[in-house]
Amino acid sequence: MTINTFLNTDALPYCKGCGHDLIARNTTKALVKLGYDPLDVIMVTDIGCHGIIDKCLNTHTVHGLHGRSVALGAGISFGDIGPEKKIVVFIGDGGTTIGLQHIMEAARLNLNMTVVVHNNYLYGMTGGQTSGLTPVGFNTTTSGEGNPFAGYDLCALSSAAGAAYTARITGIGDISDKLVAAFAVKGFSLIEVLEICPSYGVKLNPKRKLAEIIEKAGKPLGEWTQDREAFSAVQGRKTQDLLAKVHPVKKSFNSYLKTPMSMVVSGSAGEGVQLAAGLISKAALSSGLHVTQKGSYPVTVGVGFSTAEINLSPQPIHFHGINVPDMALITSADGLAHNRKRIESMKEGMLFIDSSLPVPATGAEVIQHDFRALGARNAAIFSVFFFALKTGIISTEAIFKVIEDEGKAEKLPIAKIKEALALL
Amino acid sequence: MQENNKGKRALVDASRLIIESMARAGADAFIGYPITPANLLYQYGSQRMPLMLAAPDEITTLQWMTGLAAAGKVPITATSFPGYALMIESVNMAYMMELPMVIILVQRLGPATGTATCGAQGDLSLLKGNISGGHPMPVFCTSNFEDSWTLSAKAVETAIKLRTPVILLTSKEEVMTTKSFDMDALPAIELVERKYYDMQCDGKYKSYKATDLVPDFLPVTQSKHQVRINASTHDKEGILQHSNEEAMANTQRLEDKIRHKLFEYTLYDYHEVKEAQKLVVAFGITAAAARDAVKELEKQGEKVSLLIPKTMIPAPEVYMEIMDSYAKVVVAEENINNQFSDMLYGIRKPKNHHFVGALGKMITPQQIIEEVQA
Ligand SMILES: Cc1ncc(C[n+]2csc(CCOP(=O)(O)OP(=O)(O)O)c2C)c(N)n1
Ligand code: SF4
Ligand SMILES: [Mg+2]
Repeated sequence: MTINTFLNTDALPYCKGCGHDLIARNTTKALVKLGYDPLDVIMVTDIGCHGIIDKCLNTHTVHGLHGRSVALGAGISFGDIGPEKKIVVFIGDGGTTIGLQHIMEAARLNLNMTVVVHNNYLYGMTGGQTSGLTPVGFNTTTSGEGNPFAGYDLCALSSAAGAAYTARITGIGDISDKLVAAFAVKGFSLIEVLEICPSYGVKLNPKRKLAEIIEKAGKPLGEWTQDREAFSAVQGRKTQDLLAKVHPVKKSFNSYLKTPMSMVVSGSAGEGVQLAAGLISKAALSSGLHVTQKGSYPVTVGVGFSTAEINLSPQPIHFHGINVPDMALITSADGLAHNRKRIESMKEGMLFIDSSLPVPATGAEVIQHDFRALGARNAAIFSVFFFALKTGIISTEAIFKVIEDEGKAEKLPIAKIKEALALL
Repeated sequence: MQENNKGKRALVDASRLIIESMARAGADAFIGYPITPANLLYQYGSQRMPLMLAAPDEITTLQWMTGLAAAGKVPITATSFPGYALMIESVNMAYMMELPMVIILVQRLGPATGTATCGAQGDLSLLKGNISGGHPMPVFCTSNFEDSWTLSAKAVETAIKLRTPVILLTSKEEVMTTKSFDMDALPAIELVERKYYDMQCDGKYKSYKATDLVPDFLPVTQSKHQVRINASTHDKEGILQHSNEEAMANTQRLEDKIRHKLFEYTLYDYHEVKEAQKLVVAFGITAAAARDAVKELEKQGEKVSLLIPKTMIPAPEVYMEIMDSYAKVVVAEENINNQFSDMLYGIRKPKNHHFVGALGKMITPQQIIEEVQA
């Protein structure tokens, strides 16, 4: 194999003297040294001068967005790709700046890929502007008096994130062995190659030599390794058929409901509201009714109100929104506050409200009861039984059956509920 | 469907139906980033997909998906506007690269973070123009649980067959509500058969040489033919070009394949009532209210037809043909700017068109009835 198995031309598309040329040639040379077949190599290139190399390569080439090439390469590495494959990402200091998160992530997961950072200290393609890797004091087209800030230490960052291998080298001479060292790593490797862009960097920083710039930048050349297991895709992951546990409910009870009915069940977080609403829904389903149910709660789900909206109907339900409900079950002050307006708008129907709460002005028939008698945690559940007993829309037997079928009997104070219901 | 399900209803949510349907159609990877109201989809995706990855942000989500698609997978994700906004440049990338994937976009109330737990239908206009150049990207919108099942599979099929990202548009109230549902109503979902370039073919494989508008696919994981995937303007081979003839023809083809094959994925419900002079048009969450409204109007002796568009983008001609044949058209959608009509007619809507909108709450059947009778 010669270097030409990877390159289809000797004329690479860079300005004369650009360090990108040296990196491209040495990359292909290193891949030859490692014995790769060109079509076992997937080259992912970023947007920037370094990225226009694609057309010269005999490998697979993937050319994406500015700064995202590492994430794109990561995506490929998650596919079923064999160990004989090599993913190489070409990115600049600019792409590194905008897409730093992607490098950290690939390093953290120790993905099987090598990132070759073409650090020419500025955005070459767009005219030589300052990047996050531009060293302090370095002149660019947007910092004529020298960059006031120091650049990132990309190797230290990547290493801290978990890269198996990082290296910072000067882009002068034959660097193929250094690239071989990076390519041969199992897991994530990143090699930062330092260079000066002749068109902007050299022009704006006359008389400065690369070695001196590197020294002033204070980011040492070197190699950093850590012994880490490389990422391996989880094969044969157990997957569930999502419908396997969706159990159709047999009609075992009856309901006298002839027209649609809407209700809200509302109380405080942690007081069983959603569970209680679920009992109504399932009991209604086993009574031959059509049902919709949805919950609403504050963003911090563990505090404040918890409301469930339920529609029951003997016919299929399309629209499931509830403005003014036919029934309201309110078991705490949080629940009342959240539904006060709706309750006040009720012109008919029924309001079941805990006896500790003030009764709002409403056209609904008001039924007060001590729903919290069996403890706050059982308030909503008890109210549901109470509702069933008082209205008969669903039967208490249907609710008990749901609890039994779902194996929830142990977790709920069934005996106490039965006792309390017997007293009514 | 299992035998013992026959004719019996179960409590289920649409998120579950969407993910299961996509898996059966051939989606095999879920990349997730949490966002309300798409979290249930993420949870189900993580349980159902052979490959599941938690991305650190939504740009990464789309990049990982695209990489997976280049490797031959069919990835999906679910998000809402804030996440989708971050994805847009990468969606353009996948569109240009011609790699299949489905993004489930669950609408919530905006602008910006807006209200995470409040539904809305406010993102159609964004989807209409989110590919630079104004090129269409297929968007399907579910109108009920049956759609959550069948359209989801159709979205996967369209993504694979047209080699494009596809949006399944839904909303908070649709994917976070549990309903009793007859599981027997769900038809079987076929695994979408993927067409690959014939590896035995002599001659050079060109990544973007199309037969019948869509290029034959080969993953970057095989080692027989060179694959060039490119998000910059490119020729048939996938090589970057400025704007030469071949490259412009390629970009033109991106538009053409979506438009010319629209007949393969035009889906809508049309309840045509004989002699009706009035038509109600609604999609997504508002379709439920429209169905109720039309039924109620029928009961009252009014003759009213109903159109429920499901293929939103590109908009099939037939919608306008249907709408043009009525004396009065009432379009209902949960926004305040009538994005559907805007998409079809621009700012100058036909004089016989009436709009029912809402902000921060669902449109009720009553609102539609009132507008029809006004
Ligand atoms: C999202 C986005 N922002 C900005 C650009 C414009 N852009 C193109 S190349 C580039 C800079 C490239 O610099 P670098 O990555 O250092 O590569 P170099 O040209 O120096 O090799 C920028 C900012 C872009 N393509 N995409
Ligand atoms: S502008 Fe600079 S970085 Fe770009 S090719 Fe020319 S010398 Fe290289
Ligand atoms: Mg640069």
